[in-house]
Amino acid sequence: MGLYSGEFPILSLITYIPLAGAIVLLMFPKENTGAIRTWATAVAAIDLALALPLWWHFERGADAPLFQFWERASWIDALGVQYLFAVDGIALILVLLTVLIGLIAIYSSYSAITTRQKEYYVLMLFLQTGMIGVFCALDFFLFYVFWEVMLVPMYFLIGVWGGPRRLYASIKFFIYTLTGSVLMLLSILALWFFNSGGIPFFGIAGLGNESTFAVLQYHEIGHLIPPDLQFWIFIGFFLAFAIKVPMFPFHTWLPDAHVEAPTAGSVILAAILLKMGTYGFVRFSLPILPDATHQLTIPVVVLAIIGIIYGALVSLVQKDMKRLVAYSSVSHLGFVMLGMFALNPMGVSGSVLQMINHGISTGALFLLVGIIYERRHTRMIADYGGLAKVMPVYATFFLIAALSSMGLPALNGFVGEFTILLGAVNRNIWWGVAAAIGIVLGAAYLLWLYQRVFWGPLDNPDNRDLVDVRLFGREGWTLIPLVALMIWIGVYPKPMFDLLEKPVTYIIEKANPGYYAAGRLPPYPAPPAAPAGSEAHARVAGEAAQ
Amino acid sequence: MTWSDLIWLAPEIVVALGASWLVLAPFVMRGSGVGAAKWQMLAILAVAGGVLVWASNTVTGMEQSSMFRAMFVLDGFAVFFKLLFVGAIALIVLLSEDFLREARYSPWEYFSLMAFALCGMMFMVSGVHLISIWIGLELLSLSSYVLAGYFKDEAVSTEAAMKYFILGTISSAILLYGMSLIYGVTGSLALMDISRTLSGLLSNDVLVFGIILLAAGLSFKVAAVPFHVWTPDVYVGAPTPVTAFLSTASKAAAFAIFARIFYMGLSEFHLDWSGVIAGIAALSMIVGNLAAITQDNVKRMIAWSSIGHAGYALLGILAMSEAGLIAIVVYMVVYVFATMGIWALVLMLRRREYAGESVADFAGLHARAPLWAFAMVVFLLSLGGIPPTAGFIGKYYLFLAAVGAGYAWLAVIAVLMSAVSMFYYFRLVVAMYLRDDPGAELVGGGSIRLVAAACLLITLGLGVAPQPMLEEVGRSLQSLIAVTLR
Repeated sequence: MGLYSGEFPILSLITYIPLAGAIVLLMFPKENTGAIRTWATAVAAIDLALALPLWWHFERGADAPLFQFWERASWIDALGVQYLFAVDGIALILVLLTVLIGLIAIYSSYSAITTRQKEYYVLMLFLQTGMIGVFCALDFFLFYVFWEVMLVPMYFLIGVWGGPRRLYASIKFFIYTLTGSVLMLLSILALWFFNSGGIPFFGIAGLGNESTFAVLQYHEIGHLIPPDLQFWIFIGFFLAFAIKVPMFPFHTWLPDAHVEAPTAGSVILAAILLKMGTYGFVRFSLPILPDATHQLTIPVVVLAIIGIIYGALVSLVQKDMKRLVAYSSVSHLGFVMLGMFALNPMGVSGSVLQMINHGISTGALFLLVGIIYERRHTRMIADYGGLAKVMPVYATFFLIAALSSMGLPALNGFVGEFTILLGAVNRNIWWGVAAAIGIVLGAAYLLWLYQRVFWGPLDNPDNRDLVDVRLFGREGWTLIPLVALMIWIGVYPKPMFDLLEKPVTYIIEKANPGYYAAGRLPPYPAPPAAPAGSEAHARVAGEAAQ
Repeated sequence: MTWSDLIWLAPEIVVALGASWLVLAPFVMRGSGVGAAKWQMLAILAVAGGVLVWASNTVTGMEQSSMFRAMFVLDGFAVFFKLLFVGAIALIVLLSEDFLREARYSPWEYFSLMAFALCGMMFMVSGVHLISIWIGLELLSLSSYVLAGYFKDEAVSTEAAMKYFILGTISSAILLYGMSLIYGVTGSLALMDISRTLSGLLSNDVLVFGIILLAAGLSFKVAAVPFHVWTPDVYVGAPTPVTAFLSTASKAAAFAIFARIFYMGLSEFHLDWSGVIAGIAALSMIVGNLAAITQDNVKRMIAWSSIGHAGYALLGILAMSEAGLIAIVVYMVVYVFATMGIWALVLMLRRREYAGESVADFAGLHARAPLWAFAMVVFLLSLGGIPPTAGFIGKYYLFLAAVGAGYAWLAVIAVLMSAVSMFYYFRLVVAMYLRDDPGAELVGGGSIRLVAAACLLITLGLGVAPQPMLEEVGRSLQSLIAVTLR
């Protein structure tokens, strides 16, 4: 298998296939919508087929490298920008989730999108390239390019195919995220200066290293950055990622964007785009800025807990199903942030697993809301009742997704939430208490939603003739893979944890160096001090001593 | 001065002779249509470009007479900008064709004025002496005043020219006054002499006052707040191709001399003037971008946004570093092509004999011209600094320079304002893609499409693969950096 041997740029292939597909799609005649849809689906399916084997070809042994499938090329020498692609366990799962959700989102749009179909599928494929690139890029500049590139297609997806308030929602999404990301750019610049020349005006001496944007280099030198500077760099990253996550006071774009976006757009937003924020924390903020992470743990955790409870309470009173699911994301992502900032292996690995879980469950919930919306053109909970009688298959899917989202044992949500709780309690019992309240409230709003929509009398005459989802029809097939994943992760999460163990240990060692020193041993030999990609920067250690 | 010194001046001589010929041509030649004028103008530009390349290669290693060397150089900085001007003017000539066909005014005078303006720009970027810079600047300005009023029968055009002329003259006077104060203190107008004298001075209030007056005059030329009030009215009133000229080539030229004077002559007094420039930059970014939000007229919107862009570019001057100088040059290239592309789109649209000036004219463009709508999105993204367009590289360098020089607060303002700018740029995107009401008619001829396509390719190309341009800029700036940032 030459494709996955590490010689072949497989990650680039997976990243750019959707882009190439989109460019080919531009040449299709506009009227031939059938061919356009089939082509877009085929491209996404090929992408998934190429990405899936990564799961098996990713080496897991104790001495397997942390980052695999490296691709290195020079890109803009004048700036020290390289083209660096590689994935570790975390990025690998997220890439796989992205290609799967991308395919499902495209496949689920067949009936929902009836206008300007060609542009729609071009943008979907283009978006796919941006999202995969974000998870694969290990060069700050490259990462930033993908991060920004993705905004534009998402803006159009909401703005063109969205609901009645789409103009407002799309520009709000765009400006919010852009504001965060430009501040991140300043933080990246500050890191770059610290690594190379320093900023004499602020009295910050640089390390004098060769100028580079390689993320792993910054993992190595992060702890050398003076705490004051770390604080400001952290704030820049925090704003970008917290807006994307979204954390409590920065979440207001999310309900608007989610509600107005077309179903596929909401699915991608919830399942992938929000994960970019949490991924950013795991990949950049924590390992590069350990002092600032410690300094700001309490504020971040407070915001996360407020998010958990506030999101749940607001979900409880929603009248619109989609809005309810949207606010539940605020609550769930609060869990992710809480687990991450527990800064212990349970917390962080639970947090990463919960990113995936949230993508699967909330993605499924948005798909399900979309399915019923297409039939009835309303999302108001009050318009429904007793749907289980006419749509048993649909009701079953909905039940599984809701149970998974609220964390019922034997489904994926439980594993994630339980691990996060373990981590949180391990750090501080009150964090666990707050999270537990969130779990209870989560069960409340989802079960209450389910009760109002599916049980009770079928008293709205418009609902009598609803057509059920065909289990092995198109709609069924968009849901089956997600349900399968929910059950698999719920019953047998070991492969996931195996994959996460090494990157999580690495992150804890960087972000919380005291953790393993305090008598707790890493579950496997520590990773080599200088991982691949930073050979050229041997001066670091010497500077550290001074 | 010796005869061989003329080699340094050869490109300007070619352009000046060409400009004079264009005035005479309609009397001497039979065919006097727009087409003939356009081709002759393009031929002059091609010859000028060729002579420029030849001259810049020939003069390396040649000895310049000492008098002349103190006035005029042909260093990499100058050559780079001159090539940029020649290219930009060529694009503007192509943009002007349709407009000249429809207008009743003579194309020959128009192109002649354009060529004289080009001559002024080329002369001033080579100037290393305040007088030679000023002469070039006046040649540019006088030609621009006339061009702004080229629609003689239109009240707005005449008003624009009048406003531009009066305010421009006052700013020239302020500039001269600043120069005279600097002369009074340093005893010289040559930038290198000024720089040498300044290195021996600790502080001097008269000098600082002179520098501030100089900065004020230059700020007028680059349209920075609070010397910006002429910009929106002149941009709206002037014929659109002339607006394209004022907002691209002319602005780049003004920034070139701004950089030349401050880097070469005044870097020693950086601490004394940096506060003023920082204030001007911050105000320009904030006022320009906030005022642009509510504009419904595209020309006015781009005018305000160009004020904001002047603020960004000033960060490069403020930084007083190699990165800052590179940033200015890169940003000017990026800005010129993105803005030119927008003007091409504006000229492509026509509603009742007027160019597509209002945001509503762009409505539904995606259905009528998908490629041009896409091009417009790329230009707007570039102005907003979103990758993978060239604008991102430009902004990146500016922010890098600002942070590196310790102006983190200005960098924060700059990034926040570029987020604000996306808000109003996207009003055009909303019109093009999200509204279906009929917009303006699409009439632009082949040459306008050519300009739009060229700008699209350049904007995307420089964004995806900026390495060659960055190398070229780095090479071009070597000599200037060597003499200024020791």
